[in-house]
Amino acid sequence: MKKTIIEVKQLKKDFYVGEITVHALKGIDLEIKEGEFVAIMGTSGSGKSTMLNILGCLDKPTSGSYFLDGISMGELSKNELANLRNIKLGFVFQSYNLLSRTSALENVELPLFYNSKIRSKERRERAEAALEAVGLSDRMHHMPNQLSGGQQQRVAIARSLVNDPVVILADEATGNLDTRTSYEIMALLQDLNQKGKTIVFVTHEADIAKFMTRQIVFRDGHIIREELVTNRNNAVELLKTLPIEESV
Amino acid sequence: MLGIIIGVASVIVMLAIGQGSKKSIQDQMSGMGTNLIFAMPGAEQKGGVRMGNSDAKSMKLTDVDAIEKNCPAISDVSPEVRSSGQAVLGNQNWPTTIYGVNNKYFNIKKYTIGRGRTFTETEIQTYAKVCLVGQTVVENLFGKADPIGQSIRFKNIPLLIIGILGEKGENGMGQDQDDLVMAPYTTVQKRILAITHIQSIAASAASESQNEAAIEQMTESLRHSHKLKTGDADDFQVRSQSEMVQMFSSISNIMTILLGAISGISLLVGGIGIMNIMYVSVTERTREIGLRLSVGGRGNDILLQFLIESILLSVFGGVIGISLGIVATQIMASIMSWPVVITTLSVIMSFLVCSAIGIFFGWYPARKAASLNPIDALRYE
Repeated sequence: MKKTIIEVKQLKKDFYVGEITVHALKGIDLEIKEGEFVAIMGTSGSGKSTMLNILGCLDKPTSGSYFLDGISMGELSKNELANLRNIKLGFVFQSYNLLSRTSALENVELPLFYNSKIRSKERRERAEAALEAVGLSDRMHHMPNQLSGGQQQRVAIARSLVNDPVVILADEATGNLDTRTSYEIMALLQDLNQKGKTIVFVTHEADIAKFMTRQIVFRDGHIIREELVTNRNNAVELLKTLPIEESV
Repeated sequence: MLGIIIGVASVIVMLAIGQGSKKSIQDQMSGMGTNLIFAMPGAEQKGGVRMGNSDAKSMKLTDVDAIEKNCPAISDVSPEVRSSGQAVLGNQNWPTTIYGVNNKYFNIKKYTIGRGRTFTETEIQTYAKVCLVGQTVVENLFGKADPIGQSIRFKNIPLLIIGILGEKGENGMGQDQDDLVMAPYTTVQKRILAITHIQSIAASAASESQNEAAIEQMTESLRHSHKLKTGDADDFQVRSQSEMVQMFSSISNIMTILLGAISGISLLVGGIGIMNIMYVSVTERTREIGLRLSVGGRGNDILLQFLIESILLSVFGGVIGISLGIVATQIMASIMSWPVVITTLSVIMSFLVCSAIGIFFGWYPARKAASLNPIDALRYE
């Protein structure tokens, strides 16, 4: 029996827009176990991003319970939530969110910077290891604007890895990338998943979701479908089938 | 950073111009001799008959020494003895007045030495037959010839001319201040007038603001050396140019108010510039703050970072601004020959105010952003 990383029960989230209350999540039950690679799917407005924000402790639910790695989120203060994000979570955003004018290495070091237990030498070593893991050991001292979109997203993935989180949360991480680069990123994530990382990946693209082990489909604040991916795609294999583009 | 630099620099330049104008007006005012104080013998009574002032012989050289010793508010003091008569050179003559004074008198009455020198200590002690002459006397007796080294006679005493006074023009009452001869007071006392007393005492207060104190101290010193008991009337009069002093102090007050307004406004303008720049640049970084929050930075960590950043920015910007302001001031002073004065106070004040504003408006929007939900900060456009 694998360890349960995420356990959500009867989770609701309301937004108040003026006098109208929007029920973004209407009672979600969800369990994600260690080593899973879960796709959260749905059209825009289905509540999938809200779900991810709550899973990432970036936002608080209106009601319901949420256990992350056995810890209940409900009673934690802002600072405790920040600590938890620092130790247990890794984020990958659609728009990378790298600090400009800061080198790739320093961007990756950023989460460790907020962990007072880690000395600067260890921080540097772990950041270098993370960049190596995403295949960017030769780009460590480049600035974000000197990197391509795919490379920037790799830096972001390295940043999400560096604190050795229990789960990596990705929000449309391939949304800004072309097909080839998307597949490259997926190959990287599949590889990380193979090595035991739990990943939750929000997407609305069905072909991207095919790379994962389980799909959860949201609509109007409910989970309408939940199934294991049967004929799962392998990103490395698929990359070989793509026509090789002429380099300009 | 640019905002702070320009803010601090402009405030310093504005203050330097303001202070400079004030200083130059002050200099012009005191060039008119506003701190001049005179003491002369008062009306004397002899058996109910009032005698003229000039007959009184109550002023002594010891009074001068006492004033010099006992009056801290008085910077210079000189005895004064005068005599009117004809100055004679060969077949020329000119009616003028000879003043017997010491070397401090030139400073008290704001006379400059045009050429030559003033009296030596020995010349004063030995009643030396030397003198300095005013421009009017030079013109009337010598024309274009060089008077230095020549002798004129005054009441049959030959006096060697050792210097020429700088031109001073008329005083407020239309009296020609260049129509005079100055000799050591001892010379005039012993050789020309044959008296032992002095006719009056000229002094100058250390500064305009000490005028009142100077008059008081001088009166006290004279009463003491004249051995007057409490209740006795003064046997002398102390006079200052109080009207001019009043006018001066009111002009000086207006300048102070003007300067205050200038510095207030320039600080305000500089401050608003800094405020805007800091506010905008930190607000633009709301997304960065969101990211830092999402990777586990606590609100306080992030605030501290922004606080340190804005302190560094303000201090460095301030230092550069100060240097830039000083350089700009000097350039302006040399190109436009405008009087400028940079005071330590203006530098410190502009630096402190600008830094404080810079730090506050670097910190405040950061605090606002750090207190947002991380997701709202991340989505901030």
